[in-house]
Amino acid sequence: MSNHVLTCNNVGIRFGGLQAVQDFNLQIEDGELIGLIGPNGAGKTTVFNLITGVYEPTEGEILLAGTNIIGKMPHQIVRYGIARTFQNIRLFDHLSVLDNLKVAANKDMRYSIFSGMFRLGNFWREEDEIKDKAIEILDIFGMSKHANKLARSLPYGEQRKLEIARAMATDPKLLLLDEPAAGMNPTETDELMDTIMLIRNEFGITTLLIEHDMRLVLGICERLMVLNYGKVLAEGNPHDIVNDQSVIEAYLGKGE
Amino acid sequence: MSRNKRLIYLINIGLVLILFAILTILEASGVFTRYTMSILRLVCINVVLATSLNVTVGNLGQITLGHAGFMSIGAYTAGLFAKGVEIGGQNGYLIGILLAGICAGIFGIIVGIPVLRLKGDYLAIVTLAFGEIIRVLIEYFDFTGGAQGLNGIPRMQNFSVMFFLAVICVTLMYSVMTSRHGRAVLAIREDEIAAQSSGINITYYKTFAFTLSAFFAGIAGAMYAHNIGTIGASVFNYNKSFDILVMVVLGGMGSFTGAVISATVLTIVPETLRQFNDYRMIIYSLLLIMVMLFRPEGLLGRKEFHITKVVDKIKTKFGKHSVEGGS
Amino acid sequence: MNFLLQLLNGLQIGSIYALVALGYTMVYGIALLINFAHGEIIMLGAYTTVFTIQLLLAQTDLPYFVAIIPTIVICTLIGIIIERLAYKPLRNSPRISNLITAIGVSLLLQNTMMKIFGAQARSVPSIFHAKPLDFFGAKISVTTVVTIAVTAVLTILLQLFIKKTKYGKAMTATSEDYGAAELVGISVDRTLTMTFAIGSALAGVASLLYVSAYPQAEPMMGSMLGIKAFTAAVVGGIGLIPGAVLGGLILGIVEALTRAFISSKLSDAIVFGLLILVLLIKPSGLLGEDRKEKV
Ligand SMILES: Nc1ncnc2c1ncn2[C@@H]1O[C@H](COP(=O)(O)OP(=O)(O)O)[C@@H](O)[C@H]1O
Ligand SMILES: [Mg+2]
Repeated sequence: MSNHVLTCNNVGIRFGGLQAVQDFNLQIEDGELIGLIGPNGAGKTTVFNLITGVYEPTEGEILLAGTNIIGKMPHQIVRYGIARTFQNIRLFDHLSVLDNLKVAANKDMRYSIFSGMFRLGNFWREEDEIKDKAIEILDIFGMSKHANKLARSLPYGEQRKLEIARAMATDPKLLLLDEPAAGMNPTETDELMDTIMLIRNEFGITTLLIEHDMRLVLGICERLMVLNYGKVLAEGNPHDIVNDQSVIEAYLGKGE
Repeated sequence: MSRNKRLIYLINIGLVLILFAILTILEASGVFTRYTMSILRLVCINVVLATSLNVTVGNLGQITLGHAGFMSIGAYTAGLFAKGVEIGGQNGYLIGILLAGICAGIFGIIVGIPVLRLKGDYLAIVTLAFGEIIRVLIEYFDFTGGAQGLNGIPRMQNFSVMFFLAVICVTLMYSVMTSRHGRAVLAIREDEIAAQSSGINITYYKTFAFTLSAFFAGIAGAMYAHNIGTIGASVFNYNKSFDILVMVVLGGMGSFTGAVISATVLTIVPETLRQFNDYRMIIYSLLLIMVMLFRPEGLLGRKEFHITKVVDKIKTKFGKHSVEGGS
Repeated sequence: MNFLLQLLNGLQIGSIYALVALGYTMVYGIALLINFAHGEIIMLGAYTTVFTIQLLLAQTDLPYFVAIIPTIVICTLIGIIIERLAYKPLRNSPRISNLITAIGVSLLLQNTMMKIFGAQARSVPSIFHAKPLDFFGAKISVTTVVTIAVTAVLTILLQLFIKKTKYGKAMTATSEDYGAAELVGISVDRTLTMTFAIGSALAGVASLLYVSAYPQAEPMMGSMLGIKAFTAAVVGGIGLIPGAVLGGLILGIVEALTRAFISSKLSDAIVFGLLILVLLIKPSGLLGEDRKEKV
């Protein structure tokens, strides 16, 4: 029990007449790299929104290292160690790359409004620390050359990476990536796969990712979960899953 | 603090002092008439007003139409304080001003917590409503002087004091907005959901920005009350809020430099147009429409004037390595 | 009895708010713009009514309410001109630029009228001068009855127009999604112009009704009236025709009752307090639907 980073028990949510997610059960062990797949509209992003507190489930419970996090605000959930990216990139467009990361590190900064206003000692100290930390993270992604550019000025692939870097700046235990390779070319995807592996292997961060690119999914995920019409259709070893008849039908049926 | 940063600070202080010296010399030598000085005092007040509204509109990204309400709280607090507690002099003035800021700030919290859940035009109309309620209540009660207004507020028209007050207010707002708290506010403007998911408590920081904005509006109100000596609630109606908003938007939302410049220009130009008194407001409104049609992002957009950039340029010219980071 | 009378008073001013609110709500529903200049259309309409009566109708045997024709024509034209010159070029600009432009147009109209006709009010003789009607012992003026009846009829016609006609449906489609509307062959440009035209025509009717209740015109008269009407639209649920009418009537009644039984000085505070209360309880207005933002 204790090494379950995240547990979802019978989680579900309705939007009006639509049961977007139903009876969702998931247990993630420390250090796992799991893929969540399924046709468009299956409810994958909604699962992320439920885990991160953007939506509140209408049924079930979500436990994070044993604590129930239902009813917590998204910013509180970040403090419990969950960070995420978004399917349609949501960066702080008019802030610099560096500032995008600094915002994410804000929760670990302590200096007061007064210190900031009057530029007291701990302002400088913490700002220097945070800058070093942010540069360190950008280095992992090979992005420190962009540090002072506006986020919106980056090319698409770099923006996707910056979102992951920003999530990393919150010091997460569990990272949720929503279609990180969407819109990337094969070279960029290869690079991304390396980065995701690096994050897991070097920093031991548990990762749950949504992805349509089966090359990425089969290349790095250790376990897969298939969602269809809000329900878990299959779960297990990636190679078994892709040969599973019901999964193939779900995808073919939807014309994916 | 690195040596470079120290240098930047010194240069900034130097520039402010030079500007002050020039203005003082022009005054002493009689180039600036009493009338000119009275306009410059108004500039000081409007600069604080515009930059304070810039915090909510430009930095937090929420349109509010009730800024004059907070200004009036400040004006009446300072006026009543000065008349009730006769401390007088510079000290009395400064205490009154601080008190005005605090009172307006408290109103900022009271108004902000409920209304900041609303967004966009809903927030705009609700803040307008709050501004009008404040005005009506000031006119309704007797201790505020009611509809007759509040007379006999001790005058404080010392330009030096007002100039440095304005400089200090703008500097403080700017430094908050470039600290971690300000970054959180900017992140909310850029994307609330992403900000939340990055650990930013958006309710807290929205209220914070709103309160900060109200606090400095209160200070501007106090400066106004002491400058003019007589205040009436009707001055602080929604049209006044529109005026302040126009200063912020014309300057370029989110830019303190823009707010300072456009507050200055929009105070001085209408005064110089006095000879065309009849057409003044017509020209003003036409200009407003023109600027929006041809430069909808405002004159400066989000750009700031940084002495850092100038120093950078000079240094690279002389072959030294560049200064990094902001402010 | 006094209560009944005040209620009718409230319904009367509420009907005017409703007509003005309809213009705000239609424009807002389609262009997402608070058209602050809408109040000034009322002001221009009032001047048109006043001058038509003074300069033309007073010289003839025609009834004064014939002034409705030039009033509607002028209001509609000005509404269209404003949309074409000031708002159309800004369609893809930030919302705040639109708001500032609207404020600019509003100031321009106020000050131009001020320059031409001066700040003082121009008054007219009353428009409807039939004998007051007896209503359960209360005397109600014909103006009140006409105002309420006209508003009711126009609201129903407007609702039918939007629900049943091709143009009305185009307006609904455009308000949901510009791009999709354009794809199915709706001209967004034309729809927007039509929306402004209808809103302004209703404002024209509202201004004649307003002048028949308060028989004068002055440059600043539209400002607060406009803001209250927008408030009414928001209270009822912005973008919704029934919302605008409901909001307008509620606002009018609350205002009239406050003036009569609490304090005339406080009436504005109570009206705006009502707005705040409604939005805090139901952020999308009384009839509005709350939607969750998709992430
Ligand atoms: N806020 C919302 N309101 C209404 N319906 C929603 C909302 N968010 C998601 N949905 C619906 O839930 C279903 C699942 O969506 P989503 O989780 O985004 O699918 P995907 O698996 O492609 O990520 C879709 O039918 C979507 O329209
Ligand atoms: Mg999705």
